[in-house]
Amino acid sequence: MAVIVRDQGFSKDDLDGRSFIGMEDAEISEDLSLAIELPNHADLPALKTLLPKIGAIRINFPNFGDGRGFSIATKLRHMGYAGRLRASGHVIADQYALARRSGFDEIEIDDELAARQPENQWISGKDWKSGSYQDRLLKTELAPTR
Amino acid sequence: MYKYSEFDEFFVRRRVEEFRDQVRRRLDGSLTEDEFKPLRLKNGLYLQLHAYMLRVAIPYGTFDSRQMRQLADIADKWDKGYGHFTTRQNIQFNWPKLADVPAILDALADVDMHAIQTSGNCIRNVTADHFAGAAADEIADPRPTAELLRQWSTDHPEFQYLPRKFKIAVSGSSRDRAVTKAHDIGLRSIRDAGGSPGYEVLIGGGLGRTPMIGAVVREFLPESELLAYVESILRVYNLHGRRDNKYKARLKILVHETGIEKLSREIEAEFAERKKWFAGVDPELIEALKSAFKPPEFNLSRTGAFERRLEKDSGFRAWADTNLFEHRCSAYSIATVSLKPIGGTPGDASANQMRALADIAERLGHDEIRASHEQNIILPHIRKDDLPEAYDVLAASGLQTANFGLVSDIIACPGMDYCALATARSIPIAQEISRRFAALGIEREIGSMKIKISGCINACGHHHVGHIGILGLERAGVENYQITLGGDATETAALGDRAGRGFSADELIPALERLVEAYLRLRDSCRETFLEAYRRLGPEPFRAALYPETGKLAA
Ligand code: SF4
Repeated sequence: MAVIVRDQGFSKDDLDGRSFIGMEDAEISEDLSLAIELPNHADLPALKTLLPKIGAIRINFPNFGDGRGFSIATKLRHMGYAGRLRASGHVIADQYALARRSGFDEIEIDDELAARQPENQWISGKDWKSGSYQDRLLKTELAPTR
Repeated sequence: MYKYSEFDEFFVRRRVEEFRDQVRRRLDGSLTEDEFKPLRLKNGLYLQLHAYMLRVAIPYGTFDSRQMRQLADIADKWDKGYGHFTTRQNIQFNWPKLADVPAILDALADVDMHAIQTSGNCIRNVTADHFAGAAADEIADPRPTAELLRQWSTDHPEFQYLPRKFKIAVSGSSRDRAVTKAHDIGLRSIRDAGGSPGYEVLIGGGLGRTPMIGAVVREFLPESELLAYVESILRVYNLHGRRDNKYKARLKILVHETGIEKLSREIEAEFAERKKWFAGVDPELIEALKSAFKPPEFNLSRTGAFERRLEKDSGFRAWADTNLFEHRCSAYSIATVSLKPIGGTPGDASANQMRALADIAERLGHDEIRASHEQNIILPHIRKDDLPEAYDVLAASGLQTANFGLVSDIIACPGMDYCALATARSIPIAQEISRRFAALGIEREIGSMKIKISGCINACGHHHVGHIGILGLERAGVENYQITLGGDATETAALGDRAGRGFSADELIPALERLVEAYLRLRDSCRETFLEAYRRLGPEPFRAALYPETGKLAA
């Protein structure tokens, strides 16, 4: 079972078993609240017309050293995407604040990682809202945040 | 000088606590070794050949007496009584214990310093012209820009896990003393036709295995758009830089493989998007940064003490001749303190030497000190008539070496003595070269000469841009030194040409002697530097001197 990490701590997946589908399937779907899975090298402009139909996006981190997901998240927010944004795969507790500040809402981790890096490592002292240089310098920023 | 804001203080303290916690979590198994590695690197901690090494940032090379004294205390308390100034305006401590590192980071935070992002695949310490704020030829002080970039890049959430390290340098003069063309991003302050301030932007420079000179990606970028543009470059790089091969992961390879025109279009497209969401940095903040680097109040009076000492002391005269540079204020000089004593380790300073430098800066130098990428220390504002006194303090600490810019002012990486990646020694080679030419007594006759030595192909010693570059390799278990000729790190940047087969450590010094003798013979006057002569004559006569067995000696 996957664990979902949010600001409040660990929780269960509340997407009710809805599965994330790929971009190609999304294009032909009639569903008005899609959950889609994006690789961290996705072609985002191609997604533009679909965005209004999307309720959740999951971006996979193949390993924690591959930081492309952070830029994908930022770009999605700049494109006006205001739905749920989830990181999954190998993301470590030390990256939680980076993920939140890049526009992710939550992180999906597996049980092994959740056991090795328990809840308190993700939330204790990781007060990612307590201020950053980027907030201070770019505070006139207009990008949508949640 | 810039002083930490409340936020800076809060941030570095929080960061020390975070790192303390990470060390703990590594020890209790929460973090694997793989996961811990980038975290420690982002806090400046390397695992070297014999021990850990802590690399401390001196942002844009500017610091003061209080900070220098603290570095001296750290060297005494947690290291072996000295520190090593690097080619990127950092200082390295080679012998700290892992358990002591959080305490060292605390001691740094006490004096507004840190080791953040001095290593790892992130934006590194931003470097700038070491004569900033003092040089007569300066157009704009690069440090407000560098400080803005330091803040913006620190813990930037998007750019902590880049394909590879990322280096930015800023120059504010027509003379490039910051090697901007060998950085991932090089910024040169310029003004547009209407007189508004901005930058020329170069990308894709870098040395290392595949040396490349940066290319202009933007001829004029308005000052107010800097962060949005730099962010766009970084975003394109983060998304498209290669991650399959660490030797092909730097921005220069992306520039090379994509082509500068195409990549520049991608960056401009990203920039256009970015600007929709970016209202610019608060102009008040920019003004506050500029005023933080206001020049000190100079004392314009003259007493003639400088000239009197010049007249009667040939040692002082020799030092003044090489180690002083023109200050924007005629009553002052910029003094370079050489950390290259004959036979010493380039860039090393003992705790007591650091304290002597702090004393001079505090008493005679408007409390400003600079670290240069050439591994020397700069006292940027010394009144000419105070130079004799400053010189005496330097001499009492063995810091009076009069060789700035000469053959013994060598850049050398740590090499086999410290570095786990080294294929050859580099410090002992530098020591031998400086001893040999000092013994020959022809240093001044040779004049301007930049020798740069790297102990492996990673080129931390910048050998590609040395007038004479030396690269230490290993062939069948024996050190083998390759020579490159004609490199240049300035505004006329060029990569050196490989001369030919390498030399053993024993053959190297005689070969360099033949090379220098050939130059002295071939130059058209004593004003023509080695580099000028090389550019005029081409490599052949110099190759002939290096390899007399293969051809005729040039007459
Ligand atoms: S050039 Fe090689 S030997 Fe020298 S410091 Fe860099 S990695 Fe180490």
